[in-house]
Amino acid sequence: MSYLDNILFAILLVVGFGFFTASVKKIIRNINLGVDVDRKDNPKARWKNMALIALGQSKMVRRPVAGILHIFVYVGFVIINIELLEIIIDGLFGTHRIFAPYLGVVYDVLIASFEILAILVIIAVVTFWIRRNVIRLKRFVSKDLTGFPKSDANYILYFETVLMILFLLMNASDLHLQNVPGGYSHFHKAGSYPISQFLAPIFNGTSNELVGLLFEVFWWLHIVGILVFMNYLYFSKHLHILLAFPNTYFANLKPEGQFDNLASVTKEVKLMMDPNADPFAAAPVDENAAPAKFGASDVQDLNWVQLLNAYTCTECGRCTSSCPANQTGKKLSPRKIMMDTRDRLTEVGKNIDANKGVFVPDNKSLLNDYITPEELWACTSCNACVEECPVNISPLSIIMDMRRYLVMEQSAAPMSLNAMMTNIENNGAPWQYSQQDRLNWKNEN
Amino acid sequence: MSESLVVPTMAEMLAQGTQPEVLFWVGCAGSFDDRAKKITKAFVRILNRTNVSFAVLGTEESCTGDPAKRAGNEFLFQMQAMMNIEVLNAYEAKKIVTACPHCFNTLKNEYPELGGNYEVIHHTEFLKSLIDEGRLTVEGGQFKGKKITFHDPCYLGRANKVYEAPRDLIQKLDVELVEMKRSKANGLCCGAGGAQMFKDAEPGNKEVNVLRTEDALETKPDIIAAGCPFCNTMLTDGIKHAHKEGEVKVMDVAELIANAQDL
Repeated sequence: MSYLDNILFAILLVVGFGFFTASVKKIIRNINLGVDVDRKDNPKARWKNMALIALGQSKMVRRPVAGILHIFVYVGFVIINIELLEIIIDGLFGTHRIFAPYLGVVYDVLIASFEILAILVIIAVVTFWIRRNVIRLKRFVSKDLTGFPKSDANYILYFETVLMILFLLMNASDLHLQNVPGGYSHFHKAGSYPISQFLAPIFNGTSNELVGLLFEVFWWLHIVGILVFMNYLYFSKHLHILLAFPNTYFANLKPEGQFDNLASVTKEVKLMMDPNADPFAAAPVDENAAPAKFGASDVQDLNWVQLLNAYTCTECGRCTSSCPANQTGKKLSPRKIMMDTRDRLTEVGKNIDANKGVFVPDNKSLLNDYITPEELWACTSCNACVEECPVNISPLSIIMDMRRYLVMEQSAAPMSLNAMMTNIENNGAPWQYSQQDRLNWKNEN
Repeated sequence: MSESLVVPTMAEMLAQGTQPEVLFWVGCAGSFDDRAKKITKAFVRILNRTNVSFAVLGTEESCTGDPAKRAGNEFLFQMQAMMNIEVLNAYEAKKIVTACPHCFNTLKNEYPELGGNYEVIHHTEFLKSLIDEGRLTVEGGQFKGKKITFHDPCYLGRANKVYEAPRDLIQKLDVELVEMKRSKANGLCCGAGGAQMFKDAEPGNKEVNVLRTEDALETKPDIIAAGCPFCNTMLTDGIKHAHKEGEVKVMDVAELIANAQDL
């Protein structure tokens, strides 16, 4: 009978982690729908990027208020995982604060730092909530964030607040019972409680049995909450707490201005320019080759890093708020590009799930159904969005791949751009001047 | 302005059996745009004065393909690139200097994969190296005490992390260099990049160049310095839009240096 708790806890863990693993597998499968791209070169620079940007939060503090508050929440999250380890061991083996006897003073310091972080997290989260819902900062009330994305952001804040409060209440009830004269049950003296010592007096005058029961309630709610929150990640922008790490590792290391040279195009252009090539020869037929498509009209045409980017996006909107097109009232929002890509990828994933592992065409695509050409044409390719992203996402690379589709597959460039391109083809300049006049400036006054 | 410009071509150099120290890639704007031609000439005046051995491709130069690539026409870009690479390789070009950040970025970053490997430098970096080597000396001259703000071209700054060379040059002029609220990595685009120069802007409530000019005007400058012919055009238009043509000038860094030297 006394093992019931432990068995229940073990089942809870298995179910929690089981669902989580299933979600992770689904995300990996969806990301692998993308085209392959080599991002395994230069591991040294990649580890460094991950250490500085994801672990070190170096790009977060470009906006100091949000950056520092975010660091509170982030450090709180990372450190409190140590406490989580103890909770899991206690839960499985029916122990209570198992680390305490082994760690001594270190344990006191740990618990104290968890408590201080917990209160900092609460302060940060409340400030975040105020910024979103009361001050209504421009980048949080954008039309990109209606419906679920708006609620999602608030749910995460509520969740974190509740988890931290439960953690502090758990400690407070524990502390209360530790101080029962003569000792109470298994609540031995352990830890130091700089924050919850101020909460503990609320239990004064309550029977030890009730406080013990409340402790159990707080403890269970806290761990169940964590497991639920972990499984909520799959549906939420909060997934960035995991994906920020691979995302910064696999991020582009080349100069921001360097756009990839499409290899399929290089092959064709070389053939075109080779004087020895037979212009009438039929192209070699490869039965297995997928029909070459230039650029991207749907998520499967993007590369897997771009899809990973979409899952990693936290919808913070720093990209959009720094985008010159967006600042001048144009439709383009780099954040929306990332959100659309994720939404479409989720939709494609559901389609695959519903059709036993194969994608059945649904007459929809990322282009037009989610992202309009007007948005794509508004981009100045200035890289402000790329520079600004705290986790090195590149909305620009998706915009460029979709422009390539519009131009090379659909010949759907704006008229004026077609004129520019015709000029380059005919005169070697974007304007209608003869190449023979290139040096005229030399003799002009 | 009295002395005429000496502008040898690579073909002429080859005929004489010589190879210049640098190939000056003029670019389409620098060759054809009336405003940008002045930048080209200012840069050549400095090269002539400092006896830098250089040559241009002249009529053999063609568009790098940058606007085609940013517009999404990878075919046209690679055709241009491969033709240009053939010409450059035929002349065994090693070092290329250009006053256009778009040509600079493309030649430097996108040509190597297609077989064009050169040392590519922006003209502000080149002028800086001339000063560092003692080949060019600059004194404040007519700009002494003037308030100058520098607009970072996206394809020079963010795209290739060249922030200091143009600033170092401006500071040589004994002027007050003031930074806009958005500068360097946080700089705002002039609105011309990504082939926007060649099309109308999408509907919005303001033009990007107007917004950027407002940033610049907030610093109350005498001169807005730029390092890109397209930025120059966009900011000049922005100044006209703000009716400030009489008070504020938009000048390329090369023009500042050339004018300070009274070249």
